[in-house]
Amino acid sequence: MTEPTATRVHFYQVGSFAVGNRLLSADDRTVQSNPARTNSIDSGHRACQGCGEALGARYALDAAMRATNDRLVAVNATGCLEVFSTPYPETSWRIPWLHSLFGNAPAVATGVAAAMRVKGRDDVRVVGQAGDGGTVDIGFGTLSGMFERNDDVLFICYDNEGYMNTGVQRSAATPPAARTATTDVVGPEPGNVFGQGKDLPRIAMAHDIPYVATATVADLHDLERKVEHAMEMRGARYLHVLVPCPLGWGSASSDTVRLARLATESGLFPVFEAEHGVVTGARRIRRRVAVEEYLRPQRRFAHLFSGAGRPDVVARLQAMADANIERYGLAPDEGE
Amino acid sequence: MERPFAITLDVGSSRANHTGSWRVERPVYVDRLPPCNDACPAGENIQRWLYHAESGDYENAWRTLVEDNPLPAIMGRVCFHPCETACNRAQVDEAVGINAVERFLGDTALAHGWSLPAPGPATGQKVLVVGAGPAGLSAAYHLRRRGHAVRLVDSAPRLGGMLRYGIPAYRLPRDVLDAEIARIVDMGVEVGLHETVTDIAAAREAAGADAVFLAVGAQLGKRVAIPAGDSAKVIDAVSFLHQVADDDPPLLGRRVVVYGGGDTALDAARTAKRLGATDAVIVYRRNREKMPAHAEEVEQALGEGVTVRWLSTIERFEGERMVIEKMALNAEGFPEPTGEFEELDADALVLALGQDTDLSLLEGSDVAVADGVVQVVDSMMTDVPGIFAGGDAAPSNRTATVAVGHGKRAARGIDAYLAGRVDERPPRHALAEAGRLNTWYYADAPRTERPELERIRRQTNFEEVIGGLTEDNALFEARRCLSCGNCFECDNCFGVCPDNAIVKLGPGERYAVNYDFCKGCGICVAECPCGAIEMVPERI
Repeated sequence: MTEPTATRVHFYQVGSFAVGNRLLSADDRTVQSNPARTNSIDSGHRACQGCGEALGARYALDAAMRATNDRLVAVNATGCLEVFSTPYPETSWRIPWLHSLFGNAPAVATGVAAAMRVKGRDDVRVVGQAGDGGTVDIGFGTLSGMFERNDDVLFICYDNEGYMNTGVQRSAATPPAARTATTDVVGPEPGNVFGQGKDLPRIAMAHDIPYVATATVADLHDLERKVEHAMEMRGARYLHVLVPCPLGWGSASSDTVRLARLATESGLFPVFEAEHGVVTGARRIRRRVAVEEYLRPQRRFAHLFSGAGRPDVVARLQAMADANIERYGLAPDEGE
Repeated sequence: MERPFAITLDVGSSRANHTGSWRVERPVYVDRLPPCNDACPAGENIQRWLYHAESGDYENAWRTLVEDNPLPAIMGRVCFHPCETACNRAQVDEAVGINAVERFLGDTALAHGWSLPAPGPATGQKVLVVGAGPAGLSAAYHLRRRGHAVRLVDSAPRLGGMLRYGIPAYRLPRDVLDAEIARIVDMGVEVGLHETVTDIAAAREAAGADAVFLAVGAQLGKRVAIPAGDSAKVIDAVSFLHQVADDDPPLLGRRVVVYGGGDTALDAARTAKRLGATDAVIVYRRNREKMPAHAEEVEQALGEGVTVRWLSTIERFEGERMVIEKMALNAEGFPEPTGEFEELDADALVLALGQDTDLSLLEGSDVAVADGVVQVVDSMMTDVPGIFAGGDAAPSNRTATVAVGHGKRAARGIDAYLAGRVDERPPRHALAEAGRLNTWYYADAPRTERPELERIRRQTNFEEVIGGLTEDNALFEARRCLSCGNCFECDNCFGVCPDNAIVKLGPGERYAVNYDFCKGCGICVAECPCGAIEMVPERI
C-alpha cells in the first residue's frame, strides 16, 4: 500500500471560526459559547436591530470579566453605547459601570484606577470605553494623556465610523467617500474627503504604550484573545474594535458580522497587534475580496455605484486597502 | 424607602423593556434534508451517523448507519456513492469521503464483533424472500427487525447474489461479504440454498408465507448476434464473473476483448487481466463521456492496463481475428457506422451488454411485467396482494445500493400489508441547498484519499484495490461534514445575537429564541454555518 495521507488531528470542522464547538475542550471554547458568560450588557437595551456596538461591547467586556475574575469597572464616554444602555431609571449593565461626560472617559478611567490603587485594590481592573467620536475626536486629549502617563487602563474604542446616535455625522474615523449627514454626496468628490481623519491605532502606537490592537466583531476568537492578553498586562493599553452600524452605514441589520468580515478580508480594516510601538502580529486575509464587495451593501457608498458609478473613487479606496495589505503583511498565506 | 439625593426612582433593569415588540420577522430553527441523505438510494441518515463519527463514537455511528443499511462494510466498497456527488462540500473544496467513512465503520464493527439489533418480538407471520442478493438480504434484515419470520431462498450454492457472483473479489473481499451476511443470518433467518423457485404461487404455499419478496436480480447476460466462427470463444460477462467467483475460471487466452461500456464490462476486463490476459481490450460503441460505467472505475481499469477502443462495434469474430467497425457520433449523440473497418487479434470475446431478469417463475401469476421487469408501486408491492418485488428485478438503475434500499422499502411495505395498514412515508424536509450555507465558518480541509494498492500489484492478483482509512483520517474525514441544514450546535447564533436573545439548551438540545427580546435583526440566520435557521414574517 502507498502511505496513507497525513492527518491533521486538530481539525474540528468549525473549531477556529465559529463561536463554539462541541468537540473542543472547555478551556479552548470562547467566553461567548458559555451559557454562564457575564452578559455584561443585558437584554432589553435600546440599540438598533443588528447593532455591532452592542455585540462588540459584550464580546470585549465578557472576555475582560473572565480575564479578571469579575473584578472589573467600566467607564463609559457619552455615545450610542451609553444612551441605549441606560435610559433612566433602567440599566443594561451587569458590571460596575460609570458615565461622566463625552470627552473625559479616559481621564475618569485614570481616576478610577488611581482610586483603586490608593485603596490597595490592585485586583480591580479598569476598562474605559467610547465610540469613535468619544475616542478620536472629543476624548482625544484625555486619551493621549492617559497613554502618555501609562495609566493602568485598557481603553476600548468601538469604531462605527461616525456620530451615529446624534444622526450620523462625520467623525475623524469616517472613511473617505462615505456619505454622512455632514458629508453630503455633492460636488466632484462626493462624501467624506480623502486624506483627512485619524488612524488612532497608529497614533496610540506612537505613544509607545505596552499594547495596541485592532479587532472586529467578525472574529470572536481573535477579539477575546486580545482582550485576555491585554488584561494580563499593566499600563495603558488600547483596543480598537470595528463595529458595523446598520443605521449609519445603510446596511441590512443581518449584515453586521458579514460587513466586519468583508472589511478585514478586503484589507480596508487591518487586524493587527503591537507592543511598545512595534507590530507583533497581523491577521492574514483568508479569502481576499475586492473593496467593492465590502462597499456595495452599504448605502453610504451607494453614490459610487449608481449610474455610471465612480470607479475612480473605488480605485482610490482599493489603493488604501492594498496599502494596508502591504504595510501589515495581510496577504493570504500562499502555502495553504 | 431611602433614596440618594435627587434620585426618585429605584434602579431598574432593561429587561423590563421587551424589545421583541420591534420585530417584523422572527428567526425559527428548521431542519432541512441534507443532499447526501437525499441522494442515498438506501435511505441512510448519513449526516446523523457522521455526527457520531465526528466525536469518535464509532459504535453509535455504526448503529445509526445499520438502522437503514445492514451491509456497511460491503457498501463502503461497492457503492457508487451518489451521496458524494450530491455533497455540498464539493462546492467548498471537495466532497466528504462518505463512502470511505462508511467502510471504516463497517470494518470497525466487524473487527469488534458488534452485532446487529435484536429481532423484534415475533409477529407470527412469515415472509418468503426469493433471492439472496443485496435486496433480499436487506429485506430479510428489516423484516426480522419487525419480528416477522423470514425464509430466504436462492438457487446458488451460497448467499450474496450479485455481490458474490457479479462483483470481483478485488472490489469486495469475500471474508467481508461472508461476515456481513452471517450477521443477518444470525438474526434467525431460515436459509434455503440450491432452491430455484419456478412457480411463485406454489413456493408461497409451500413455505406457508403470508407475503413474498421477489428479488431474483438480473442474472441473464444479454446476447447479441455477432457472426462468429466455430472456434471463436464467446462468453457473457455474467457467466464469466460467476465462474470466476466459483473458483472455476474459463480459459480465455491471452487476448481478451470485452464488448460493452458498463461497470460489468470493466469488471470483466479487469478480471481477465488478473487471470493472466496480456491484452484486455474493451470495445465500446460510444465515447468516454457517454460511457455508463462510473468514472472512477474507468480510471482504475485504465490504470491497470486495460485499453478501450472507443466508438467501435464488433462486426464479426473468426478464430483469432476480430473485425471492428469505427463509429461516429451524429448530431444527437448516437453512434452511426462509418464503413471503416479494423482488425484486432483476439482469443476470446466477453459480452457485457447488459442483463435480463429471469421471470419465468411468474408464469401463470397475475404479477404485471413490463420492459422485462416487475412493476411495483411505492411500497414495492406488485399487482398481486402480498407479493412484493425489488432489486434488479424491479425498475431501478441496478446498483447494489438501490437494491438495499428496495429491500428496506419492501420490508416496510410488507410490514404494513401484514398489519392491514397503508404504508405512509413521512413528508420529506425541504432540501438543504449549498446557497443557504455560510461556508466561512468551516475550516479548510481537503479530502483524505484512501490509499490505493500499487498498480503493479493489482494486475496479477485479486487483492483488494482500495485500502481503508485509518482511525485518524476517518475522524478527520467525518469532521469535514458541513451538517447541511441541521443544527450541529456551533454556538454561532448564541454568540452573535446583540440582544442575548438566544437560549442555549445544553448538549444535544440545541437552542431556543427568547422572543421577548429578539429584535429580528437576522444576524443569527446570516451567520448560521449550516442554514438551520430562517426568518419568517411576523404576524402583525
